[in-house]
Amino acid sequence: MKVVVDMNKCQDHGQCVFAAPDVFSMDDDGHLVYVSGPDEALRDEVEEAADVCPLQAIRVED
Amino acid sequence: MTGRIVVVGASMGGLRAAEQLRAAGWTGAITVIGDEPHMPYNRPPLSKGVLAGKAPFESLAFTPKAAAADVEWRLGAKVVEARLAERTVELDGGEALSYDGLVVATGTRPRRLACPGPLTGRHTVRTPADAQGLRDELTRPGVRVVVVGAGFIGCEVAATAVGLGVREVTVVDPLPLPMVGPLGELLGRALLKRHEERGVRFVLGAGVTGFEGDERVTGVVLGDGTVLPADAVVESVGSVANVEWLEGNGLDLADGVLTDGQLRVGGRPEVVAVGDVARFPNARYDGVPRRVEHWSIPTDTAKHAAKVLTGAALPPFAPLPTFWSDQHEFRLQSFGAPVLGLGDVRVLDGDAEGDVLVGYHSGGQLVGVVALGGQAAAMGAARYRAQLLKQPALTA
Repeated sequence: MKVVVDMNKCQDHGQCVFAAPDVFSMDDDGHLVYVSGPDEALRDEVEEAADVCPLQAIRVED
Repeated sequence: MTGRIVVVGASMGGLRAAEQLRAAGWTGAITVIGDEPHMPYNRPPLSKGVLAGKAPFESLAFTPKAAAADVEWRLGAKVVEARLAERTVELDGGEALSYDGLVVATGTRPRRLACPGPLTGRHTVRTPADAQGLRDELTRPGVRVVVVGAGFIGCEVAATAVGLGVREVTVVDPLPLPMVGPLGELLGRALLKRHEERGVRFVLGAGVTGFEGDERVTGVVLGDGTVLPADAVVESVGSVANVEWLEGNGLDLADGVLTDGQLRVGGRPEVVAVGDVARFPNARYDGVPRRVEHWSIPTDTAKHAAKVLTGAALPPFAPLPTFWSDQHEFRLQSFGAPVLGLGDVRVLDGDAEGDVLVGYHSGGQLVGVVALGGQAAAMGAARYRAQLLKQPALTA
């Protein structure tokens, strides 16, 4: 599974962090960082994160 | 249940319903019917990035999940009647579609002011065409804009207009402060100050009684006879649920369509409602059915309703509401139900002059938090999310 975030769209709402804390987090400056190739076992929470992104900036591939 | 599920409404709620039906294991046909010509798109940027010219409409399209690739989309088609006893809906062209399951996802439309006067020059913000039409007006040199209604859309549009360089932006509302209904006085005052500092003018405690102009609006008439000169008017005075097509079925359609705690409609196991057309009780709170127009609700309701429709036994629906609003360079971020705690509002962190975190309480219990300020403040509200999630339900 591959996760791609369009950083031009991302506005650091952080909703993905609540949905998938193992994959998405905020750095000390409040900007999004994420794991681009998370374990398949995390698929449900990654899909949830993509759903709740206010800017719809998260794509889940494969 | 096998056969066909018909989803009426092809916006975010309809899309999420279709996707979640597949996720719930529904392998039968799914037909989604929507009266807009577009595939589902994300609406919040219409009053902000699209209006500001920073986000093209194409960037708003949702990407449907692969599992929903075989969903049939009937776009530009309007359902005019449902006959629930016969499990049939009828389209405006006369075609009747039978169903085994029905998802009500027709959403809302802007409420309009029923005042006398010309219609030209009066705008709402609901569709891409609306946003483009308003943008065309806001980018005319020297335009004077009057925004009627100081709620979410009104405040966002006013902020966007100022950002576009509009010199005269006036917001009118019968209430004494902007966004005071959902947020209360403390944040209402803080918002008023921030908007005024950035050039938005407010006329509060005033109702609109009419519009001046012959073919095109030239002014907004207030209850005391004052006329506010206007080249463009934005009506942001709430919304009306699209339920007319459900009439004649004995349903409670007083404000949206009433559902039970499982989002079922009319006691029928084969009919559910999702999104902001659904008036549902939230088991997390007082059990009073309400329509909720937050962006998170279409997804939350679709997840629950799809499982219910495919036969799952679930605990009652109990979402944690969340919303945000971007105005000027600051953000409002809310978790929980501040509107249920307006009688006991406390500053949890910061102060109203800068970044501030506000708690709303009912019976001493925290029921909602709202941050106003920069992105760090918004994330501060999130620290209370876990607490809000695990608290016992409020009793009526």
